[in-house]
Amino acid sequence: MTRPRINPAYGFLAPALLVIAAFFFVPVVASVLLSVTDFDIYAVASFANLRFIGYGNYAHLLQDPLFWVALKNTVHFVFVAGPLSIGVSLAAAVLLSAKLVRFKAVFRIIFFLPVITTLVAVAVVWRYLYHPRFGLLNYGLSFLGIGPVDWLGDPAWAMPAIILLAVWKNFGFNMVIFVAGLQSIPGRLYEVASLDGAGPRRQFWYVTLPMLAPTFAFVTIITLIGYFQLFAEPYVMTQGGPGHSTLSVVLLMYQEGFRWWNMGYAAAVAFVLFVIILALTLVSLRLRGGAPLGVAEPGRESAG
Amino acid sequence: MKRVTRLVLLHLALAVAAGATLLPLLWMLSASLMPAGEATAFGHHLLPSTVTFEHYRALFTRLNLARDAANSALLAAAVTLISLALNSMAGYAFAKFRFAGRDRVFRVLLAALVIPGQVAMLPLFLMLRELGCINTYWSVIIPGMASIFGIFLIRQYALSIPDSLLDAARIDGAGEFRIYRSLVLPVCKPILVTLAIFTFMGTWNDFLWPLIVLTDSDMYTLPVALANLVGEHVQDTELMMAGSVLTVLPVVVLFMALQRYYIEGLMSGGVKE
Repeated sequence: MTRPRINPAYGFLAPALLVIAAFFFVPVVASVLLSVTDFDIYAVASFANLRFIGYGNYAHLLQDPLFWVALKNTVHFVFVAGPLSIGVSLAAAVLLSAKLVRFKAVFRIIFFLPVITTLVAVAVVWRYLYHPRFGLLNYGLSFLGIGPVDWLGDPAWAMPAIILLAVWKNFGFNMVIFVAGLQSIPGRLYEVASLDGAGPRRQFWYVTLPMLAPTFAFVTIITLIGYFQLFAEPYVMTQGGPGHSTLSVVLLMYQEGFRWWNMGYAAAVAFVLFVIILALTLVSLRLRGGAPLGVAEPGRESAG
Repeated sequence: MKRVTRLVLLHLALAVAAGATLLPLLWMLSASLMPAGEATAFGHHLLPSTVTFEHYRALFTRLNLARDAANSALLAAAVTLISLALNSMAGYAFAKFRFAGRDRVFRVLLAALVIPGQVAMLPLFLMLRELGCINTYWSVIIPGMASIFGIFLIRQYALSIPDSLLDAARIDGAGEFRIYRSLVLPVCKPILVTLAIFTFMGTWNDFLWPLIVLTDSDMYTLPVALANLVGEHVQDTELMMAGSVLTVLPVVVLFMALQRYYIEGLMSGGVKE
């Protein structure tokens, strides 16, 4: 058998790796370079108008009240919508995994449907559901004696409205992952726990939750990364308003970069977003390392 | 608790949750069929008094959304086909060939998954502008031609192909590309279908990048056109709902048809992490 002189692997790899290098890695590195320039609308016209300004954009960023508002809103969104989504996902997954449930496939499809819908389209739909006078949500609430809420017009309610939409849109995704995680828990663990006298609630706390720890880590990281990129919901529903109450970091980047063409500044915004996501991902991975993966707990519990 | 009571309560909870999940989508569909003004009329009609398709007609005639729908379909199909070819070749190479630096390169790619796409967007826009691609189909196709996630998914699947199978084909004198095309691809079909659905839907639903690079209304994809329409026609509830149905319906149909592949692919990916 004659061996080819060049490893055929390179031929198979080259197209994809070249695309990823040229249109992902190069721009990522260029973004860091862009963030230390004053790239603005004049530079868009001609690169000759470009100047190196060091950490100028970052210094500006730290003093820009709008950036802090955007960061605060985004963190608020991530840390409220994130746990809420994961909680609803887990509840749906546990319900769906109960042995007694019929039509599992049908329920699974229904819960998953919002995930595959186009975000822009459902954001448009929810805009109307949130209408203070004609919206279905206020109509429903009126039966509970709750007065009309100006969901998207009131700075106090706009972010909760976006969070509710996000939970509805996304819980099905993590639900499917949790269902897979639940399926992978060996049934004999429950048998042992129940022999030890643990009821359904204790089994959930001391068998299900610890065994789901790796799933939790995975779900937490992808939810975190996804939610930090909040953009389309505020873009379509509120344009970041009212009073910047729903301005997100990515929306700020879009406005600075592609509306005002302050691309150097926008690149600094994007890079800060990346650093935050990276730091939180590393923290989540750390927590996963320290999470109890075994099932030592139920034994101790039954003894106590 | 008695078994029957548990059974009823469980299904009641699931039915209520399912109803709440479906309500926004059902209302969208219902309102899109109402005569103009009925969705916002006093008394909250949940169902159309008379079913009308006038809003869908308006979308296709007056508002020229057929063009945007065609753009969406063309871009999603092109990105899916090209990226499937490139990702499957690379994923196969990572799984089944030995070469210098293989594991190191693969680790770098995986680590890069935490970099949010927005970081690349500003320079990418400038690069594509220099290439004269802005406001052409290429501006969406080029960055979508390969993806780290796709390579990863295929590699994981291709690892299970037995080396003896590939070696047997080599001894029979088959060329490397022939082995890839007539042996590896058929074996990988389930994961290719899964990845195709992910990619098609991802491209169809994508918003931020098309919003940035497709600036002419003739080039818009449906989500961009819809977001634009909401600015001008915010009062026309029924028309906007028809536009939303038009945007959502193709992916819903695709999902319904292929949901097994989609959900199973997702589950296997999630567990493997």
